[in-house]
Order: sequence, then structure tokens, then C-alpha cells
Amino acid sequence: MAITSPDSAISGGFGTSNRDLIARRLAARHRSERMFRAVGLGAILLGISLVGILFGSILSKGIPAFTQATFHLDVAFDPEVLRIPERPQKAADQSVAEFNQELLSWQRRLRTANWNRLIQEAIAAKIPAAADNARDAIGLVASNERVKLWEMVEDNPAIMGTTQPVSLIASANVDVWLKGNIDRTLEQRYQQLSALQQQWSDALYEEGVISMDFSTVLFTNVDSRSSPATAGLLGAIVGSVMMMAIVMVVAVPIGVMAAIYLEEFAPKNRLTDFIEVNINNLAAVPSIVFGLLGAAVFINFLGLPLSAPLVGGLVLSLMTLPTVIIASRASLRAVPPSIRQAALGVGASPTQAMFHHTLPLAVPGMLTGAIIGVAQALGETAPLLLIGMNAFVASVPSTPLDQSSALPVQIYLWQGNELRNFFEARTSAAIIVLLAVMISLNALAIVLRHRFERRW
Amino acid sequence: MSATALAEAPHETRYETIRIADPSPRETKISAQDVHVYYGAKEALHHVSIDIPAKSVTAFIGPSGCGKSTFLRCFNRMNDTIDGCRVVGRLDMDGEDLNDHRQDVVLLRARVGMVFQKPNPFPKSIYDNIAYGPRIHGVARSKSDLDAIVEHSLTRAGLWQEVKDRLQEPGTGLSGGQQQRLCIARAIAVSPEVILMDEPCSALDPIATARVEELIRELRENYTIIIVTHSMSQAQRVSDRTAYFHLGYLVEEGPTESIFNDPQEKRTKDYITGVFG
Repeated sequence: MAITSPDSAISGGFGTSNRDLIARRLAARHRSERMFRAVGLGAILLGISLVGILFGSILSKGIPAFTQATFHLDVAFDPEVLRIPERPQKAADQSVAEFNQELLSWQRRLRTANWNRLIQEAIAAKIPAAADNARDAIGLVASNERVKLWEMVEDNPAIMGTTQPVSLIASANVDVWLKGNIDRTLEQRYQQLSALQQQWSDALYEEGVISMDFSTVLFTNVDSRSSPATAGLLGAIVGSVMMMAIVMVVAVPIGVMAAIYLEEFAPKNRLTDFIEVNINNLAAVPSIVFGLLGAAVFINFLGLPLSAPLVGGLVLSLMTLPTVIIASRASLRAVPPSIRQAALGVGASPTQAMFHHTLPLAVPGMLTGAIIGVAQALGETAPLLLIGMNAFVASVPSTPLDQSSALPVQIYLWQGNELRNFFEARTSAAIIVLLAVMISLNALAIVLRHRFERRW
Repeated sequence: MSATALAEAPHETRYETIRIADPSPRETKISAQDVHVYYGAKEALHHVSIDIPAKSVTAFIGPSGCGKSTFLRCFNRMNDTIDGCRVVGRLDMDGEDLNDHRQDVVLLRARVGMVFQKPNPFPKSIYDNIAYGPRIHGVARSKSDLDAIVEHSLTRAGLWQEVKDRLQEPGTGLSGGQQQRLCIARAIAVSPEVILMDEPCSALDPIATARVEELIRELRENYTIIIVTHSMSQAQRVSDRTAYFHLGYLVEEGPTESIFNDPQEKRTKDYITGVFG
């Protein structure tokens, strides 16, 4: 080595030359130190800016979708137009079956009445030209919104012949036009709204007949193809909540029990080593494989229904199990062995030492692991596609055996919807809802962790 | 004989323990007969035989890794909790073999308490630390019984005056020395016959050490105490009998005074005079 070589000793004394040698290399050493720090800082900045871009684009796209073009019209429930008979009353000599039949036929009559005409007239009250252009006028309002009118009559037949203020969601095309999500300079043949509709929409918006209201339908409606403006997330949210509940009920207790047994009671031998390796491997298995397993076992073998939250929940439980086991074992292992020894030392049985001392100390860690696992399951899409949860389901599941959608799958479906300029924002809004649920789950994990830790 | 020479000695060689009888013999509490301890295939302790006298303090001394802590853990079967550890031989306490597989370790550990090297109070209140043992063994019939046990145990451990006004505060909030006395009180609370102490003062400062040593001398009146220590002066101060371990062999045992003043074995002498260890 140069430092101890006789040359350096000859050329001007050991101390000085060593100092020079070190000083000469010092600049390079400092430079590499600075470079390393700069690279690390750069990596963090890059990460933060990428996350910022992601959130920025999702928020900027998604937030406008939380408001939606809504008509505020005075609808005259004109008996001449609707021609609906009186709501049947149960006569004294009538059997229940007969009455119900009569009621059903009345409801059917209600449904087929000319509600479009009412909407057209209500719009014509603001824009007289609409009286002669039924197609254009009706096309302004989301097609499902007629339902609102007949439900009003069904609930309260007395409103026949009166004029009522009603809020109706505008069609998706009007929303897109007013929000500027379509290029207004495009030639008319590429436009989704007719020239008249464009003109009317702008006029009505200016008058305040159409306003941008908070989109409650996003949370109260299910998915819809025929009437995209009223498509909502309710079915997907309920489906996801059911699946999360199933994951919590199935994966968390099984995972914690498995972790306790493996960590505290199982003998250390080849078999338990093998099990441990496989649990770690399972955590790395691509989630779509769990979907295949679920399709084979739960649907083909056990005959459970397709698209059901129960099956989805069980598949996600399988996927979450390794995460829960690994996190629980790690937090059990983090409990100082001296506590266990102390308990055994005063004569506690191994089970008592476990449940009285080790487990309570490990609970915060286990809880964090479990909630992170559940949050992961909430965002998982791939396995759900394989068990049929990507079907178009326009209903809210009332039991875990009903057909249902799920939040991430709904995002996937909306992302592929052909009405791009409307659903792009809708998709981002759905992503915001999903992220909000996840962030609140993680916040819950932190709160619970603090609460449990403070007890000691 | 040097340490290396002993390590290289053929395995079959049996080193006979040098025993010096007590001038005033006491009743034997525990009698270990030809105890061997194995960690996997490695024999950590070779044919140790010793009689532990009742109501007195026996100190195990020796250099690190000599097997004294391993031997201590045989008395309450804590070696069972170590993977791959196997104990062979007889350990008679009042005519009962502790090492018999039919021996219930839960009952045994109620009879043979233990204090560890590092103070390890439960992360619970001072009261619950003491009450835990009596509770799981079901020895307290009522809340007032339990209160009495807690007060008695803390008093015996010399801690009552310091903590009586804050029994509900966490035991982990006490100072190191107080924590160790709390652990001793916790061991006393289940009224054991024997108390094992594994280097109980190694994590304490000299003042706290003095308090604990004083406590050990007091407890000798009622309990059989076995203490493992690295401190020769501590062994001299607290113990009645001393056993010197070296590389898994029990080299010499006898009254503390004679071990320290007149060691028979060269290895013992080298160790206590500080030539090695």
C-alpha cells in the first residue's frame, strides 16, 4: 500500500506525506459522498413528484365528476297527457289477490305513460322552440330520470294535475358539452348534441335552469348503460364492503391463529420450515392465480354462484392470508422473550403466557398487518375478473350470494366505457372514492395502533 | 492445567468434583445427581452432581460459557423452552425427580421461582405484576387476600414503602433496581420454596446492587436461593456455599469461605484470583 511504502517515508517524512495522501483523496471522497446524497435525494424527489402527478391528474379529472349538470324544472303532471286512471282502492268484497292484480296493472299503466311529453313541456316552458322538437328536447335529460316522475305519482297520486318543482339529471352529452370536455369547434357531424341542443343547453345553463349540482347519484345509484349520466357506485361499494367484511371474518382470525401456532407452539422441524417457506411463497403468488383457484374450487367444485361477493371475499381471503400470517408472526417475534420467560417463570402455562402477555403486546402490530392486508384486498382486481365479478350488474346485492360489482372492477369497467369523454371523469371519481376508503382504513390502523400502545 | 489443555482433554475423561463439606451440615433441599445437558449434539454440562442445602444461598460462579446458567435453568425446567436442549440425570427435590417427564412444570415453577438477568416486569401495573402469579394459580380467595399477598410480597422485597402509593402505575416506570426488586417480589408472591437468580445484579448500579444483596441475605431465612453471578465479591457477600464451574464441569464446591480462602483446585484459584475468566 502506498501509505506504508518506503517511498512515501523517504519523500518528506511519514506524517506529512500521509497527510498529503489523505488530503489528495479527500476531495474525491467528499465528492462521492455528495453524489450519493444527491442521488438519494433525487430518487425521493422523483418518487414524490410521480405520486404528485398521479394524484394531481386523478384529482383534476375526478373532482369535476362530483358535480353534474342538473335540470331544475317545474313539471306539470297533466292528466290529459298521462291519461292514468285513479289508483285502485281495495273494495270490501275484493280478495287481496284481485286487488294486487289491479294495482299491478295500474303500475304498469303508470310506467308506460307519456312521461317524455311532460319533460318536453317543462323544457318548452323555458324555451318555446322545444315544443316542436320532441327528440331534441327529451334528449337533454338522462333517460332514466323519467323514473323519478312516475315514482312521484306512485308515492302520491294527489299530485296529478299540479305543477311540481323537479330536479332531473341532464344527459351525459349535455354534461360533457357544458363542462367543456368536448371540443366546441368540432364540425357538427362529430358532435354528440344537435345544434339546437347545444344552443338550448347553453341558454338554460345561463338562465340557471341547468346548474352544476353535487352528484348524489354517484353514491346512490348502481351502474347504468342506457343512461350513463345516472350511473353510480352504490352496487360496487356495497359489494366491496361485503367482501372486506368476509376477508376480516375469514382471513384475520385464521391468519392470527396460524401465526400464533407456528410462532409459539409448533416444533421447529423440517415440516414447519417447509410450511414457513410456502407461506412466504404464497405471499408472492400473482393474485390472478388466486382467481383461478377460486373459480376452480368455489365455483366449479362447491357450486357457489358467479359474481358473488361471498366468492370474491373468500378468494381475497386466501390472497390476504399470507400477509396476515407474516405480519402477525413478525409482531409476535418482536415481543421481547424476557416477557415470555417472566410469565413462564412464575408458573404460567405456555398458553397463558401467550394470551396474557405475548399476544396483547403483539396486537398493535397484528392489527396493522391485518388492516393493510384488507386494504390490499379492497384494491385487488385481477382475481375478481376470473370469478365473474366484471359482469355488468345493475343492482345492489342484498346478500353476499347475490350478483355484485366491486369498486376496482367498476373502475376497470368504466375505464373501458365507450362514452369516453363522460366516463373518464367518472372513472377518476371512482378512483378517488376507492382511495378515500383505503386512506381511511390506513388511518384507522394508525389510530387503533396508538390506542392499543398507549395502554402500556 | 490451562483452559486450552482442558478443552483438548479426551471426552471420556471424568473430572471428579472436589467437595468440601459444611462445618455445620444443613438439610438438603435439592440433590442433583449426574446431570448432563446437551444442546443438540453438543454436551454443555458434564455429569454435575451437587447437593443444594435448604434455607441458604448457593452461588454458582465461573467464566462465561461454563454452563452455570444452563445448570440453573435445570431447576425449574426453563431449559424445556430452548429448542434442542436436553437434560439427562436426576434432580431430587424433597425426594421427587424434577427432571421426570411426568413432573408438571407449571406446578414446579410455582415451587421454584426465578429472577432473571435483566429486570423483566410485565408491561402492566405494579399491582398486577405481583398479583399475576397468585391469580393464575388461584391461591387468593378474595380481593383482600390478593391485596394482602401484594403488600406482603412487596414488603419482603423491600419495595412497599417506595411504591405503596402508586400500585396502579406501570411496573416498567420504576428504576432498574426497583424493577429487579419488583421481579423478586413477583417471584415471592407465589410462595416458592426455591428462588433461582440468574445474575440478578448484572444490569444494576452499585447502590441498587447493594439493596438487592441485602434482600437476598434477608430472604435466606425462608427460602432456598441459588444465585448465578459473575461477581466474585458478590458471591462472597451473599452466599453460604459456592460452586465453581469450568467449561461444563463442576470443578469444586464447598463453603464460600473455604472456596475463596483456600481453593483446592488450581483452576478455581486462577479464576478467583483473576488469572483468567
